[in-house]
Amino acid sequence: MNLDSKIPAGPLAEKWTKYKSTMPIVAPNNKRKLEVIVVGSGLAGASAASSLGELGYAVKCYTFHDSPRRAHSIAAQGGINAAKNYANDGDSIYRLFYDTVKGGDYRSREANVHRLAECSVDIIDQCVAQGVPFAREYGGLLENRSFGGVQVSRTFYARGQTGQQLLIGAYQSLSRQISLGSVTMYNRHEMLDLVIVNGKARGIIVRNLLTGKIERHAAHAVVLATGGYGNVFYLSTNAMMCNATAAWKSVKKGALMANPCFTQIHPTCIPVSGEYQSKLTLMSESLRNDGRVWVPKKKEDAEAIQQRKLKGVDIKEEDRDYYLERRYPAFGNLVPRDVASRAAKVECDKGHGVSPTGLAVFLDFSAAIERYGHIEANKHGNHNPTKEEIKILGEKVVSEKYGNLFEMYEKITGDDPYKEPMKIYPAVHYTMGGLWVDYNLETNVSGLFALGECNFSDHGANRLGASALMQGLADGYFVIPYTIGTFLANEISTPKISPDLPEFIEAEKKVIDNINALLSIQGEHSVESFHRRLGKIMWNHCGMARTEAGLKEGIEMIRQLRAEYHKNVFVPGSNDEYNPELEKAIRVADFMELGEVMMLDALNRKESCGGHFREESASPEGEAMRNDAEFTYVAAWDWNNGNPEMHKEPLIFENVELKTRSYK
Amino acid sequence: MDLNLKLKIWRQKNNTTGGHFETYDVVANEHMSFLEMLDVLNEDLVNKREAPVAFEHDCREGICGTCSLTINGQPHGPNAGTTACQLHMRYFKDGETITVEPFRAGAFPVVKDLVVDRGALDRIVQAGGFVSVNAGQAQDGNAIPIEKERASQSFESAACIGCGACVAACPNGSAMLFTSAKVRHLGLLPQGEVEEEQRVQNMVAQMDHEGFGMCSNIGACEAECPKEIKLYNIAYMNRAYFKAVFTGE
Repeated sequence: MNLDSKIPAGPLAEKWTKYKSTMPIVAPNNKRKLEVIVVGSGLAGASAASSLGELGYAVKCYTFHDSPRRAHSIAAQGGINAAKNYANDGDSIYRLFYDTVKGGDYRSREANVHRLAECSVDIIDQCVAQGVPFAREYGGLLENRSFGGVQVSRTFYARGQTGQQLLIGAYQSLSRQISLGSVTMYNRHEMLDLVIVNGKARGIIVRNLLTGKIERHAAHAVVLATGGYGNVFYLSTNAMMCNATAAWKSVKKGALMANPCFTQIHPTCIPVSGEYQSKLTLMSESLRNDGRVWVPKKKEDAEAIQQRKLKGVDIKEEDRDYYLERRYPAFGNLVPRDVASRAAKVECDKGHGVSPTGLAVFLDFSAAIERYGHIEANKHGNHNPTKEEIKILGEKVVSEKYGNLFEMYEKITGDDPYKEPMKIYPAVHYTMGGLWVDYNLETNVSGLFALGECNFSDHGANRLGASALMQGLADGYFVIPYTIGTFLANEISTPKISPDLPEFIEAEKKVIDNINALLSIQGEHSVESFHRRLGKIMWNHCGMARTEAGLKEGIEMIRQLRAEYHKNVFVPGSNDEYNPELEKAIRVADFMELGEVMMLDALNRKESCGGHFREESASPEGEAMRNDAEFTYVAAWDWNNGNPEMHKEPLIFENVELKTRSYK
Repeated sequence: MDLNLKLKIWRQKNNTTGGHFETYDVVANEHMSFLEMLDVLNEDLVNKREAPVAFEHDCREGICGTCSLTINGQPHGPNAGTTACQLHMRYFKDGETITVEPFRAGAFPVVKDLVVDRGALDRIVQAGGFVSVNAGQAQDGNAIPIEKERASQSFESAACIGCGACVAACPNGSAMLFTSAKVRHLGLLPQGEVEEEQRVQNMVAQMDHEGFGMCSNIGACEAECPKEIKLYNIAYMNRAYFKAVFTGE
């Protein structure tokens, strides 16, 4: 299969502008006649649906939530990057592009990333115009902070709720289009299959989650913005309903899954506390602006903390190992996520972890509180402050910056992070892999587009902080409104697609058969128990460190678990009702197939890059070693009826020199 | 520490049948969240071949606004400024009986058990809770400076997660706090101020049309709001509404 990325010719910085001005477009009178389905209502989906509606297309938007405002984009805390250079610290579109390509460990497409950096500037303007209440300076201008993997301040934020505020902005734009009649919203509808007619994506099969009714919906094109697949691991920072079904059903219909092994493990999450847990909570990366990560130097100190005989504050300064600052002096606590996560694992594996399970490190704000306290005291003309005064003033600053995160931590753990350092541990957070798309964000299935976390295109093997919101909104507001024209311009004489075509009837029947099959197993174990087992296999065999033997074993285990699932799962109730257990059963079946492909991809990629760390491919100091000669390509997987087959898209770097990624 | 609890849970098959309370025993760990405790109950019910309790939840980080539980008579339970998913069992006592119902309001029909339909809130936003700007029309983000304090006040209103606890808490089933938070969030910003007159009238009309009750200044909404949205949002909206009605076209 020839994977044509369709990257426009010309110099990198001019590609998008020139392409936009010369690409085919659809006239307003024809837009009204063309229907577009958008699946998902997060940042990418809501921004795409509203923008396409604004252009005049007849849009239908679907979400499995009760309201489009619930999508998991809402949980993003820290911020959104943009190359505005408001801080006058040397930022530029090129620098954002370069940081993202380097941060992704040279496994993304140059042209896509450069376009992302170009669009980043417009996103901030658009969001401000929508009424997003970003943080501001006293002069009334927008405020910035820093995130991991970069040396400039380019992150815009709205306290610890940036995702919520951006999503509400997109949701409000979407609501406006709904009220104007250009978007029809289908809440509580879950996509269960893609319908392809004569080689083109022409519709979807959905289940009405309230009634169980299976429905056929047709359009001229289908846009998927259905997020990532982190919940394959069971425990992740994803919301409980996040799933891969829409994307995975499309893969089973012929779309390709690109780089599925590229998963991001986020370094700062609240550690697991018990077996009953089904979800992990992230603590924003912004905390690493001011928090220092450490473990006790002496193993006996760590053990005493694990046994609750000592506390973090009892360990003397000279007995603390600020291992990120020690190993990576240039970036310190703000190294990229993959580097920080692996470093935490190394310390905990050596026995220096600080929770009862030994799987946690400290994130400490005492130094920041002291620093800010001094600054504030000076501001108030107090040049001889007492320790107590410094603490009070410093805590006030820290509370203004991170107050809601500290409160959330205390609610969940019962510990006060102003008094005791936070305990954190890495957890699955984001998936860089996703549906293979070309420069137009079109998959290899004609007329099927994928946006946001759902596609693979911009983050390579590791995503930098505050880039997910940027990509979701860039794709939705500023890319798809143009690139969908390259497909739809050839469809202006195509009449309305009928949902009664034989391809729709057949797909509908398969969906119903699949549901009936799951309901009729009536086995012994709950869906949840299978999902938990799947997650353990994935985490142990395809988690932060991967080996050839471990992956081979994991693949066998998943195949067995999948066979057992289809013989022994118990799904209560019927299809004709509101049945969350059935919804879950369909999703978990898909996770089990996708999990296998993730492992196959990890097995194939005999190098360490970004979030993908193969123990066989590491330097003596334990740093990741890429193999550019053999693996500078996108691995795009065809499900091929259960015999997955890999296709390669070579990555060509014309502007950036491939270097060993160093944050030392 | 383990807690032995009795749960009195509202069970209702769908919105055409009536509902009733059922009692269940459950053993919970003090570190569990309230929803994790319900997970344990459901896993147990499924293993016993009984119908699990339907409840809505998603992010479990207190931000998506999906959970809709009234716990011991209080929307989102006893802790101030806390959603049900962030409520932990360490705040309950061993041997306690806990009553769990859906959010109750005339405008929120029950879907099943603890799940309600809050589509009316979406329709209020569709009536005018936005700034009319298309993608691509925006000027530079720093073109209009906004006073830090004003931006911060707008943010406080924008922090609403649309869960509907305010409606469930109100004896009148009023959506004034929800609606006014949106009116104030946008009205305080120069970008949103332009359309305020039309916005407030349309949103209030939709609110009334959906069957939400009137505000009688009881303040239960503010007390139960997990994001601590303040009553003065309602005062802001009343002022904006009167201004629009008496001075507008």
